[in-house]
Amino acid sequence: MAFVFKRLALYLIALVVSLILNFLLPRMMPGDPVGTMFARFRGRLSPEAMDALQQSLGFTGESLLDQFWSYLSALSSGDLGLSVAHFPTPVTEVISAGLWWTLWLAGISVLISFTLGTALGIFIAWRRGGVLDQTLPPLFALLGAFPYFWLAMLLLWVFGFQLGWFPLRHAYGDDLEPGWTWLFISDMFRHAALPALSIVLATLGGWMLSMRNTMISVLGEDYITLAQAKGLSSRQVMLRYAARNAILPNLTGFGMAIGFVVSGSLLTEIVFSYPGQGYLLVQAVRAQDYPLMQGLFLTITLSVLFANWLLDILYAVLDPRTRRST
Amino acid sequence: MNRTSWLLDIWYNPKARCGFLILGGLASLAIFGPLFVSDPSLSVARPHLSPSWTHLLGTTGQGQDVWAQTVVGAGLTLTIGFTVGLLVTVIGAIIGVISGYLGGLTDELITALVNVFLVIPGLPLAIILAAYLPTGPLSMVAILTVTGWAWTARVVRAQTMTLRGKDFVRSASLIGEPLWRIILVELLPHMASLLLSTFIGTTIYAIGAQVGLEFLGLGDMGSVTWGTNLYWAANDQALLTRAWWTYVPTGVGIALVGFSLALINFGLDEVTNPRLSVDRIWRSRLHQLGVTPTSLTAKVELRSSTATSNSAAEIANKRGVRDE
Repeated sequence: MAFVFKRLALYLIALVVSLILNFLLPRMMPGDPVGTMFARFRGRLSPEAMDALQQSLGFTGESLLDQFWSYLSALSSGDLGLSVAHFPTPVTEVISAGLWWTLWLAGISVLISFTLGTALGIFIAWRRGGVLDQTLPPLFALLGAFPYFWLAMLLLWVFGFQLGWFPLRHAYGDDLEPGWTWLFISDMFRHAALPALSIVLATLGGWMLSMRNTMISVLGEDYITLAQAKGLSSRQVMLRYAARNAILPNLTGFGMAIGFVVSGSLLTEIVFSYPGQGYLLVQAVRAQDYPLMQGLFLTITLSVLFANWLLDILYAVLDPRTRRST
Repeated sequence: MNRTSWLLDIWYNPKARCGFLILGGLASLAIFGPLFVSDPSLSVARPHLSPSWTHLLGTTGQGQDVWAQTVVGAGLTLTIGFTVGLLVTVIGAIIGVISGYLGGLTDELITALVNVFLVIPGLPLAIILAAYLPTGPLSMVAILTVTGWAWTARVVRAQTMTLRGKDFVRSASLIGEPLWRIILVELLPHMASLLLSTFIGTTIYAIGAQVGLEFLGLGDMGSVTWGTNLYWAANDQALLTRAWWTYVPTGVGIALVGFSLALINFGLDEVTNPRLSVDRIWRSRLHQLGVTPTSLTAKVELRSSTATSNSAAEIANKRGVRDE
C-alpha cells in the first residue's frame, strides 16, 4: 500500500500548492483587480460586508504570513467567505448547490465514454485492418478536434432547437420539485442527455485509440499465441487474455483525463445553462465575485485530486506490480 | 536510419502531407486574407443576415461580416497557439532534460513539481489566472504556458532517462563535455521527432484552451479572434435566433487546424515509430500475396529497445486528441 500513500503525499502537495496560489493570486496580481472590485461595490454593500471581504482578500495591513494563517484557519472550519454576487450567501452554500450537478454530469459522461471507448478499442484492435478500424479512429480524431462546447452548441441547435427532442437548458424542468420520484429522475436524464453526449463525442476517440494501441502490442505476446494454440474461443482470448492486460494503461489515463473532462464539462455546462460548477464559475468571473471564484477553484481541484486518489487505490488493487514494487 | 531522413519521410507520408496542406492553406488565409476583407469590427449590414453573395457567411448579431471575422480571427488565434506551442516545448524540454539527465535531488524536486501541475486541473487554474491578470495576448500566452508546460517536461524527462545510459552520452560526459553541450548537442537532437510531436500536441491544446477561455469572456473581448467570435455569437443569442452561420465557420476553422495538426502527428508517428512501420510493411506484403490478415495470421514485431523508444510520441499523439 506504500504506492497509494506515496500518491496521497503528491495530492497533498498539489492541494497545498493550489491553496498557496489561491491565497497569493488576489494579493500579488498587477493592476489591483480586487481594488477595482471594491470600488465597484462601494455603497452597494454594508460597511461590515466590505470589512469581511477586505479581510478575506488580504486588505488588512497584516503581514502575509499572518494573513495566510488566518486564511488557513478560516478554511479549516469550512469558511470560504461570502459570495459577492449572491450576497450574503456563504460561498460554501452556493458551491454545494452546484457540486452535485457537475459530479453527475461529468461522472456519467466519463463512465459512458470510457466504457464505450474501451470496448470499441478492444474490438477494432481484434479486427484490425477491418472496416471499423479504418474508419472510426479518423472519424473520432476529427470530432475530437472540435472544441467540446462547440459540439455542445451544434447538438443543442440540432436536437434542441430544430428537432425539439431534448430540453434546451437547466438540469431539470422548472415545473418539477426535486426529489426521488420517477418523473424527476427521468427528467434529469433527459436534461443531461445532450451535455453528456457532447462530452462523450469529444472524448471517446482518445479512449478508443489508446486501448487499441495497447491491445495491439499485447496481442503480439506469446501467451496470446499459447491461448489460441490451446484452442480457447476467440471471445475468451480477446477478453480474458488480451483486453484484461491491455486495460491497465487505459486506467492510468483515466486519472489524468478526469481533469480534462471536468474542464470540458465546465464549458459544456455554460452552453446548456446547466447549474453546475462551470456555470457558477463563469457567473462568478463575470460578476467579479472573487471569493466565489476561489472557492470554486478549490472545490474543483479537491474533487479532481480525490478522484485521482480513488483511481490509484483501484489501480493498486488491480495491478499487483504496483503493490510489490515499492 | 539517417538522423534527419525522417523529416523528408514525413512529407512523403500521405497523412502528414494532407495535414501540412490543410494547415498551409489556413495559415496563408490568416496571413493574406485580412488584405482582402473589410474591417471585421465594423457594422456593415443588418444583424443576423443569413449567408448571401454580398456577405458570404452572413452577418453577426452586431451586423458585422462573419467571413471577415473568421479570416481576421484566424491570425491572432493561430499566432497565440503556435507561440504557446513553441514556448511550452522550449521550457518543457529544458526542464525535462535537466531533470532527467542530472537525476538525484534536482530530479526529485522537479518531478514533484511536474506531477503537481499535472494533477491540478488546467482550465479552472487558467480561469482564475485570467480573471486576475490584465487582458491581452501576452497574458493569454503566459496563462497557457503556465498551465501547459508540465506535460512536455514529463515526456522529455522520460526520453532523457532512456538516452542517458546510451554509450554516446556516456562518452561525451567522460571526455568532459560541459553540461550545456551534452544537452544541446547529444540529447536534444536525438529527440527531435519527440519534440516536434509534443510541439504539435501543445499547439492543439493551446488553441483549444485559448478559444475556451475567450468563449467564457476571459481575454481581450475587443480583439477579433476565433474565441471572441464564439463568445459574441453566444452572447447575441445565435442559437435562439437560429443564426448557425455565426458560430459554425469558426468551429470548422478550429477543427481544421486541430485535425491537420493531428494528421501531421499521426504521420510523424508512423514514420518514426518502427513498431508501426514494421506492421504496415508486413500488412502490405500480405496484401500483395492476396492474404487477408485474421487474428490467426502471424505478426511481425520489433522487440528491441528501439521499438519502444518512440512510444512517447504515441503518448503525445493521444494527448493531442484528448486534451482540450
